[in-house]
Amino acid sequence: MNELAKKTLQGDTRSIARLITLAENNDKKAAETLKYLHPKTGKAHVIGVTGVMGSGKSTLICELTNIFRKQGKKVGIIAVDPTSPFSGGALLGDRVRMMQLANDEDVYIRSMGTRGMLGGLTSAVYDVVEILDASGKDIILVETVGVGQAEVDIIKIADTTLVVIVPGLGDSIQTLKAGVMEIADIYVVNKADREGVNQTVAELESLVEITCANKDKKTPIIESIAKEKKGIKEIVTEINNHKKYLIETKKYDKKRRLRYETELIEIIRKKLMNFIYDEGKLKKTVDKQLDKISRKETDPYTAAEEILNKILK
Amino acid sequence: MENKIRVLIAKPGLDGHDRGAKVVARALRDAGMEVIYTGLHQTAEMIVKAAIQEDVDVVGLSLLSGAHMTLFVDVAEMLKNKGINDVLVIGGGIIPEEDIPKLNNKGIKGVFGPGTPCDDIVEFIKKNVKR
Repeated sequence: MNELAKKTLQGDTRSIARLITLAENNDKKAAETLKYLHPKTGKAHVIGVTGVMGSGKSTLICELTNIFRKQGKKVGIIAVDPTSPFSGGALLGDRVRMMQLANDEDVYIRSMGTRGMLGGLTSAVYDVVEILDASGKDIILVETVGVGQAEVDIIKIADTTLVVIVPGLGDSIQTLKAGVMEIADIYVVNKADREGVNQTVAELESLVEITCANKDKKTPIIESIAKEKKGIKEIVTEINNHKKYLIETKKYDKKRRLRYETELIEIIRKKLMNFIYDEGKLKKTVDKQLDKISRKETDPYTAAEEILNKILK
Repeated sequence: MENKIRVLIAKPGLDGHDRGAKVVARALRDAGMEVIYTGLHQTAEMIVKAAIQEDVDVVGLSLLSGAHMTLFVDVAEMLKNKGINDVLVIGGGIIPEEDIPKLNNKGIKGVFGPGTPCDDIVEFIKKNVKR
């Protein structure tokens, strides 16, 4: 086992932080180190927090963490914000709402840019969950970017997914649409002191009625005002209920398997992309095929076949 | 993939003016860096802890209250005491000319006053980042 793996397993903050950077940068040393960590993972409960921008995800995470800390649990937080498609830079501002956690040694917060991924997360997030899990965190909270309707990658990584909604964002048709509204294990109606909260809750209730009619667990709806610490305990109770449900119905293992599957495919995808864009490997073939496509000597499907055949050979 | 420069922008102390910090944060973002903004009223401990957790290459401090000789130096020294030598510390705000060499000596390698073109800060970071 290398030094970085050893120290990460001991929970050393600087090693955790450095390893995450290496993973984000697709450094070989990250893959080398993560090998040693995987057998030590599986203890942390991963909670996804998603919802539109400005719905209060960061504040909610801060308050949830306060309660988990009171229960003596160690907490890791991954906060994802968008990377600019133009400059490649990012402004990561979720820490601002989590300032009161800054002095707690047993809370680790990491801000990450999406770096080109479109599902509301970033491609290294699977590695970061493994790292935090192996380092001894009991709870890992993953905050997605502010989502629209279709960014649902969070369910591939979270054991329990919270969808945070605020009153006044639209009528009942919005709640019936596919995508984000389908992925909740718990609905949180935050900023519940705002006008329209009763209507929002009523619409959610009727959505749950329709969608959960044949399911063994109804999706709970919790009203909260995160800024005033209201409704937070109730959310934690529901998170625990959901965990119990996952264990009793043996769905926990299924969820984990889905996470590993996504991670595995993501690693293969990254390796393939590197292979395709690597000058020494396929880049020349790809460029040649692109020229041919431009000159109408071939079509994209045939070209793709030919490139894939080269890889599979 | 090219490694991104990660920068922590923080406002130590008690002044509540963060327009400058935000302008710089945005300029660094537009230069392709990942900027972690931590908000107002940070203690040196909070800044150093955040810098470690976020594994940043640069810590940028902004202060307009006049307490830079204490607070900037606190951050630089606390980093040094923790054995962190590969993080570039820079600062900005209302800093009198005569304080700049003193700050430089204490480990705040770049000091930028009002009117500094943002490009200068970007260039300085790119040239002086330590890893």
